[in-house]
Amino acid sequence: MAQIQIPSPLRQYSGKQASVDVPGKTVGEALAGLVSRHPDLKRHLYTDDGKLRAFVNVYVNDEDMRYLQKEATALKDGDTISIVPSIAGGCRL
Amino acid sequence: MLKLSKSDYLALRQHGEETYPHECCGVLLGRFDDSGAKIVSRVVRCGNTRADSPHNRYNIDPRDLFRIEREGRERGEDVVGYYHSHPDHPAKWSTTDLAEAHWCFGRSFVITSVEKGKAVLTNSFELTGSDEADKKFVDEETEVV
Repeated sequence: MAQIQIPSPLRQYSGKQASVDVPGKTVGEALAGLVSRHPDLKRHLYTDDGKLRAFVNVYVNDEDMRYLQKEATALKDGDTISIVPSIAGGCRL
Repeated sequence: MLKLSKSDYLALRQHGEETYPHECCGVLLGRFDDSGAKIVSRVVRCGNTRADSPHNRYNIDPRDLFRIEREGRERGEDVVGYYHSHPDHPAKWSTTDLAEAHWCFGRSFVITSVEKGKAVLTNSFELTGSDEADKKFVDEETEVV
């Protein structure tokens, strides 16, 4: 089982849990398991056509999954998945 | 409501003065109290990765966000908001600020106007809503203690 850390703004959609243990051989499977268990999370993490939103950064332990095998990144028991939103902006219109 | 110490308030304003004419940015760590007010316990400076347009855009490296959030969690702190500066521009959220704010509902976005190198106004806005379709910023009272 891997553990997915739920960012505080999204805990209202995970039964207020700060972390959720999910089965899955890959990151993609674990995230799919997460939104299957907590469907209200799906629209915040995925677009309507099922792609992970561009501003959602996913870490497996200390590594950004983009620099591993992305959603195909293999997981082992005890791995931690963290979800971090991109933070950007600026005064330009 | 956002509550922060005078030293933290001055620190985030000073960051904007130091990076002028570029936008500064950083993370606010702390806790949410029972009323939903955010109590800041730490201001963490970040770098602005928008080297292509730093005078009017900012981006925090996700690796920094991940590290800051993890270290905060180990100390029992949560991310309660973010701050950035607007060089020679009002301390008010822009359409870009709103467009780039994603599901951090309940967190504060603190903006400081820095005019000719001097921090002028610091305002805080809370991101409210439930998803991309209805998100908006609302003015938030700031208490400096």
